[in-house]
Amino acid sequence: MVDIAFGPEPGKRPDAGTPGAAYLAATRRKRLYGGVLFVFFAASMASGFLVAQERNAGGFLDGLHRLDDFPAEVLTEAWDKRANLPGLMWQNAGSLLETINIALVSTLLGVIGAGVLSLLITRGLARWPRLIGLLRRVTDALRAIPEIVIALVLIYILGGGPVPAMIAITIHTLGVLGKLFSEVAENADLRPVEGLASVGATWAQRMWFGVIPQVAPNWLSYALLRLEINLRASAILGFVGAGGIGYELKIAMQWGGGRYDQVVAIFLLLFLTIVVIDRLSDHWRHRLVKGS
Amino acid sequence: MTTIPYAPSGAEALLDRLRRRRRIALAIPALLLVYLGYVVLAFDIPGLAQRARMENAAILLSDFLSHKVHVTRDNRSGAVSAAVEGEAKGRYPDGSYPDWVRVQGAVTTIDLGAGHVVTYDPAGARYVVPGYGTIDIAPEGGGLRLTAPLPLPDWISATDNRVSVTTAQGRFAYTRAKVETFRYFPGWELFFFTLDSPFHGKGPLELAGLVLWGERVDPARANIAAMAGDFWFNPMWRHGDVAWAIFETMLMAILGTFGAAVLSLPLAFLAARGVNPLGPARFALRRVFDFVRGVDGLIWTIILSRAWGPGPMTGALAILITDMGSFGKTFSEAVENIDEKQVEGIRSTGANGVQRARFGMLPQILPVLLSQVLYALESNTRSATVVGAIVGGGIGLLLTQAIQTQKDWEEVCYYMVLIVLMVMAMDSLSGWLRRKLIKGA
Repeated sequence: MVDIAFGPEPGKRPDAGTPGAAYLAATRRKRLYGGVLFVFFAASMASGFLVAQERNAGGFLDGLHRLDDFPAEVLTEAWDKRANLPGLMWQNAGSLLETINIALVSTLLGVIGAGVLSLLITRGLARWPRLIGLLRRVTDALRAIPEIVIALVLIYILGGGPVPAMIAITIHTLGVLGKLFSEVAENADLRPVEGLASVGATWAQRMWFGVIPQVAPNWLSYALLRLEINLRASAILGFVGAGGIGYELKIAMQWGGGRYDQVVAIFLLLFLTIVVIDRLSDHWRHRLVKGS
Repeated sequence: MTTIPYAPSGAEALLDRLRRRRRIALAIPALLLVYLGYVVLAFDIPGLAQRARMENAAILLSDFLSHKVHVTRDNRSGAVSAAVEGEAKGRYPDGSYPDWVRVQGAVTTIDLGAGHVVTYDPAGARYVVPGYGTIDIAPEGGGLRLTAPLPLPDWISATDNRVSVTTAQGRFAYTRAKVETFRYFPGWELFFFTLDSPFHGKGPLELAGLVLWGERVDPARANIAAMAGDFWFNPMWRHGDVAWAIFETMLMAILGTFGAAVLSLPLAFLAARGVNPLGPARFALRRVFDFVRGVDGLIWTIILSRAWGPGPMTGALAILITDMGSFGKTFSEAVENIDEKQVEGIRSTGANGVQRARFGMLPQILPVLLSQVLYALESNTRSATVVGAIVGGGIGLLLTQAIQTQKDWEEVCYYMVLIVLMVMAMDSLSGWLRRKLIKGA
């Protein structure tokens, strides 16, 4: 057998005398490749960092000792005026609500839209199978446009406020959830759909009664994760001019010293909200995934 | 003998449950509708229709895909000049004009197409609009005298000091200081070469001919080098700067994502039950991850830009810190969910803690980690655009600057296309790496 596999010359055969040698050689080669790859990765990361540092206003080491200057300055001032904090937090509760509303509405609209979109781009479920390719490209494009691009253009047309941010986040959510939802729907059992088709159900009825009950837990779990992400996005978009708590934060920051109690109050509100929504969504997602 | 009673209560209970379910099924959409109704009021969507400036939308859409050429006469000196978008970098060299502008002595004739003709002469200016008549403007005393068929249509606006006319062919404005005519053209102006480049206005075949066998336009440089240079340093579109900005944004995303992955891996091990026996240390580490995630990228970006100033490194570090929170959490969950048997096997050979982690745990979690990191890479490319807008680096900065000028919409469109292409490229790259590195994913 060995003759057939490696030829009759003894030099080409594996040496039967030392059975571990080939294995060790293979391991050594693998380690060498791994090592080379690692060195390459480390070198490119380091050089990338150096390029980034060179194009930055301040170098890494120069700035390192200044890292805590700003937080310290803000916190000392806020500590001196700590009596104002509850009042300021209450004052900003309205804009916090706006930020939360932006996140909630855009997630809600995004989930509804993405539910339909995802069924239209799933093979085996699509209403118009010929459109699958086109609609998938559309989904990719919706996903690829960063929210800030849409928000800034819409601010120019609609003026500042929550609506540009809402539209921007909704569009992005449509793209992301459309793709994720469709991946879930691809694994749905088709038998209920066929059963419904055999009794003459329309496409909408087949989807609503045959597919949605199967995919609902996973869809909801993705939607909750998205809510978390959209809350952060809505705060950031506020900072570039689209209303809500981010905008208040920007105004307070521009004021600089003297308004740092306001900065800290907003920061606390934002932090608490994010942590609470994080926790709630984590909790519900665990329950949804365990239930399925 | 016991009888088994017929229990209608079972069926009743089932029906009850169905009824309750139906009530819930109806209540949820109703609640959602009520909420949406509240939001419509809270966001003042009815008032939005009045606040929205639809003429801005029209400007934006037409500017996205077209450009205009200004033909301006200074009424004091009488000098006539033509410039693309009215910008100094798009100015036609002195004494040369586009072919639809004829300058003969003190008389300038501008052909706007479709029979629309504007004439500047020493007496003032005239605009002939087919189907309407001639709009004649002459300076008189301290103001302007307008002669045009009455009644004046609403596309002519006239005051003592300014007359402006907007038609489908272009725009015309006369003030005491200058008279200006805009003609619109489809497409992006001077995208490849500006007017001062010898390659401007040549077709692709002609350019290819110049590269392959043409005389050197600039004796010091080969034609292809001159062409590349004129394109790269195009003052209107600044292709070189834009390429750098895209590179910076991708650099921020890559450095931030992989840096966070590398730094959070050891921390994640320390925060995992089964690796770190010290309960309080694990707890503390997890709260640190929670804190970092809760503070949010926005705040980290602000804090870091105070320390390091604007630039890509600040952006990369902001992404790095934000991602460390989420990677720390998910990685340590992955470490806790591994199969203990492999670790046991390694332990039985007398391996120490680091060796157990390297050979017992890492091979199991590596696919999960890699897939998460690669997903994050794609989403961070998008975040890097936003972070760049805040810290002032990369394409995000160029985009916000272009939007703030409120006139370079064609550049905004160009950047948007580039950003979408960049994100799509990163998406395919991360998908390709995922398929290559993780078998079965």
